[in-house]
Formats: sequence, structure tokens, C-alpha cells
Amino acid sequence: MQALGAGKVFGLLLPERDSSPESLERGRALVDYLGIDHDVQDIAPTLAALGCYRWRDDAIRSVFPHYDETWRSKIAIAGGDKGRFNHFRLVVEDPQGRVAEQRLGLQPYLQIVAATNYKQRIRKTIEYFHADRLNYAVVGTPNRLEYDQGFFVKNGDGSADVKPIAHLYKTQVYALGRHLGLPSSICQAVPTTDTYSLPQGQDEFYFALPYQQMDLALWAYNHHLTAAELAETLDISVEQAQWVFDDIEAKRRATSYLHQKAVLLSSVSEV
Amino acid sequence: MFTDDPAALADDDSFLEQGIIDSTGIMEVIFFLEEEFGIRVDDDELIPENLDSVNRIARFVQRKRVAA
Repeated sequence: MQALGAGKVFGLLLPERDSSPESLERGRALVDYLGIDHDVQDIAPTLAALGCYRWRDDAIRSVFPHYDETWRSKIAIAGGDKGRFNHFRLVVEDPQGRVAEQRLGLQPYLQIVAATNYKQRIRKTIEYFHADRLNYAVVGTPNRLEYDQGFFVKNGDGSADVKPIAHLYKTQVYALGRHLGLPSSICQAVPTTDTYSLPQGQDEFYFALPYQQMDLALWAYNHHLTAAELAETLDISVEQAQWVFDDIEAKRRATSYLHQKAVLLSSVSEV
Repeated sequence: MFTDDPAALADDDSFLEQGIIDSTGIMEVIFFLEEEFGIRVDDDELIPENLDSVNRIARFVQRKRVAA
């Protein structure tokens, strides 16, 4: 924003049914702080019209038949930090606060993820509408952890014309925020997916460790430190540290296709 | 695997090291095993020792069916 000037930046706040109210508050705090023009658009009606919530809830009901829209839900990852295969668990909470969870089978898992991916993709559609309208570029904000480990939706939040902080570890992003004097509510925010109705940390959904430790683990792996050195730094066992290293590599392999262009049957060398 | 050549994957080759299976892939394998062999794969059985090669899966399914 400093490079372009406030008059050439447009902000979008795009909440939906499951968004935390704090996300909108922080978004407002940021656009107010930057002094940029912006728009707030509730995308819940669009998502509902597409069947996003219906497809998701049908899949959840195939696991927990009594689930309805008064319940809350989320998906949690498990296994990778314990040397097992990563797998996903569905967690639901009924209106009385009773929590139940179960390992997700293939079909409900795929359908829940496919349905919730609508959220990131609809947001991106709106971003490109405004970019086209204003002849602007779309800025994406993955940090290094998210970019490296494939924590984004292809053609959703993973799509952008410029990704200015993709090389920065999350710890550095927070430091940059403090350096720029951003509102404290932003500098102190805990990373969440803000995609599911139950509170869900990014580490719970995807990463093996909280981001401060995950940053150190990724840095250590990138700089060829040993599992023993990581274990000493994080105060975990050498075995656990090796699992974290293995998990970093497994996620790179699993998500490498997200970074790739479409496969052509024959090269088109002119473009 | 984009091949019809059975020799491209040896029975003891690691799916993980060969980059053949990711977390969604392992869910497909579990789904197949549970449907095909009528077994239930428990959470603590989701380990490479049970599922990370053709031979390991074969031995795992054999143990599960004997135990059932």
C-alpha cells in the first residue's frame, strides 16, 4: 500500500455464515488504518445458492445423522505428528455443547472439502471482478509456511497476480506488521482457517505444530539441520522432530500439483 | 501411476518414498480395504508398517482377517 498509494488499493471484506465476527472487525481495522476504499459483501447468500452449505451438511450427516444447521463443525488433521499417515477427523458440537468426533471416510471428506472450497473460490471471483472493474491486480497473501506446504485452495486463495509475502516465514509477517504499526488486534491475531463454524487453528487443521514452532521446523529443514538439532530447539523428542520433517516433505509432495499449470498434451512453445 | 507395467512398482516399494500416496490417497486405500475385505482399519493402525507397500498391506489385511 505504501508503494502504490492509498488511492490505488481497494480492500474487500467478504464474510459468510461461518466467519468469525473478529475477522470482519480486524478487516475494518485494517482498511481504516490504511485509509483505503473498500467494500463489504456478505457472500453467504451466494454460497447458499450454489449449495455450498447443503452439500457440506449432507456429507456431515452421512457421518452424524442428527447434525443440522444449529450444530457447529470442523475438520481436524491427525497422525502426521505421531509418525502415522495424515488423516482427517470430523468434529461436531450440538447446541447443548456436546462434542463428538470421528475419522472421516473418503467420500464425506472429499465432499466437505469440496463444498467449503467454494468459499475461497467465490471470494477470488469477487476479487477478480473488482480487479477487472478497476484495472487493478489481485494481491494474494500466503506466507512461506502456507505457500511451501500447499495450505491454500487452487483457484481460490491460491490464485493472485502478486504474492508479496510468500517468501516470508509467518514469524516475519508478524514482525513486519509490528514494524508497519498495524493495529494490535491484527498483530496479535491467532492464525485460524475461519472456514468452519467451530473455532479451528491452522495447526489443528493442517500443520503439525503451532506456527512459531512450525516456522522453526521449516527453517531447520530448509537449512539442512538435523532432527536432533530441531528436537533440542523445540524441546521435543528426536523421533517427533523427524516426524515433523517427514510431514513437511509429505505435504510438499501431496500439494505440488497445486502450484502447477495445467498439463498440455503437446507443448505450445510460442507462449 | 500412469503405467500398465507391473514391474514399475515392486511389492516392497514404499508408496511414500515413491510419491505414490498422499493423505487423500491413503484414504482411498483404506476405503478400498474396508469395502473389499470387510475389515475396519483403526486409527492406531494408520502407520507405514501396515500400509506403505503392497506386501505390507497384504500382510496387514491377512492379520486383520485372521483376527476377525
